[in-house]
Amino acid sequence: MATAATADVVGHGHPPTTTGLDHRKIAIWAFIGSECMLFTSLISTYLVYKGRSVTGPFPHEVCNPPQCATTLKPILNIPVTSVSTFVLLMSSLAMVLALAAVENKDKPGWAGTGAWGRALASSKLWLLMTAILGATFLGFQAFEFTSFVHEGLTIRQNLFGSSFFTLTGFHGAHVTVGVLWLLTLLAIDVRRGLGPKDALIVDISALYWHFVDVVWIAIFTLVYLIR
Amino acid sequence: MGEVHEHPNWGTYKWVALILSVITVVEVWVYYVPSFVASRLFVPVLLTMSAVKFAIVVMFYMHLKYDHKLFRALFTGPLIIAILTMVILLFLFGHLAIRAG
Repeated sequence: MATAATADVVGHGHPPTTTGLDHRKIAIWAFIGSECMLFTSLISTYLVYKGRSVTGPFPHEVCNPPQCATTLKPILNIPVTSVSTFVLLMSSLAMVLALAAVENKDKPGWAGTGAWGRALASSKLWLLMTAILGATFLGFQAFEFTSFVHEGLTIRQNLFGSSFFTLTGFHGAHVTVGVLWLLTLLAIDVRRGLGPKDALIVDISALYWHFVDVVWIAIFTLVYLIR
Repeated sequence: MGEVHEHPNWGTYKWVALILSVITVVEVWVYYVPSFVASRLFVPVLLTMSAVKFAIVVMFYMHLKYDHKLFRALFTGPLIIAILTMVILLFLFGHLAIRAG
């Protein structure tokens, strides 16, 4: 046990813990647990206010006069959001590949030979890919928000606007933090290289990124698809 | 006692990504089928597909299937409380109702 504990100090660069688990990983899971509650409260607020807006635009329904000054079509753009959802799902795939590349960096040939094997083993490639896909998702969200404002839906327009922008805005802010985190890891990787000893810090950022993804899985269904 | 890790490989990740993509396509497809949208199955089916996607990402991409049970408790505990709170709020505000008789 003492040997294992000593090895832990050497391996992770911090004192051993009573659980045998790294404090940082426990912390990120506790943080994710608390984030579950935050996002569930925001989703609950959206659902509680659903269908209670007295003026348009509405998410899935047409708004006709006199409820609205002019006829307004349903505002949610499902095809565009479906593509952005797919982009975020693929970013999660890129993130697990980045983590696998970092974890296996000291095992030459683990990903196989050839161009695909070299690509699979490149943590820089997958970190960059994840950040690009995350930024693309944010681009879709910026497009969506802008088009909504042009169509008359602002955060002050009605209950739908208030709860929708608050929920998706919070999620977008989390994605932004995630992209910045990924770019920081990429900078470290470019500067000195990330290896198995850094697997934990990449794992922690990956957990955050996947959490942002699962939150969007819930939002996509509850906000966009269910009428 | 320590972290139990044997993370999946590219083969598993590839299949997980494929399954997630297929479920997403089906979700969007059913949204455009008016007869299905009007049916009682629409909401339960969408919720089930979403829950499956959620669970797959958490188990395979977040490695919760392979990790220490303390991490599972730290995630599922708050998640269960949060979902229960949401259901209670929906009952409280009349979005869900139990039909008697």
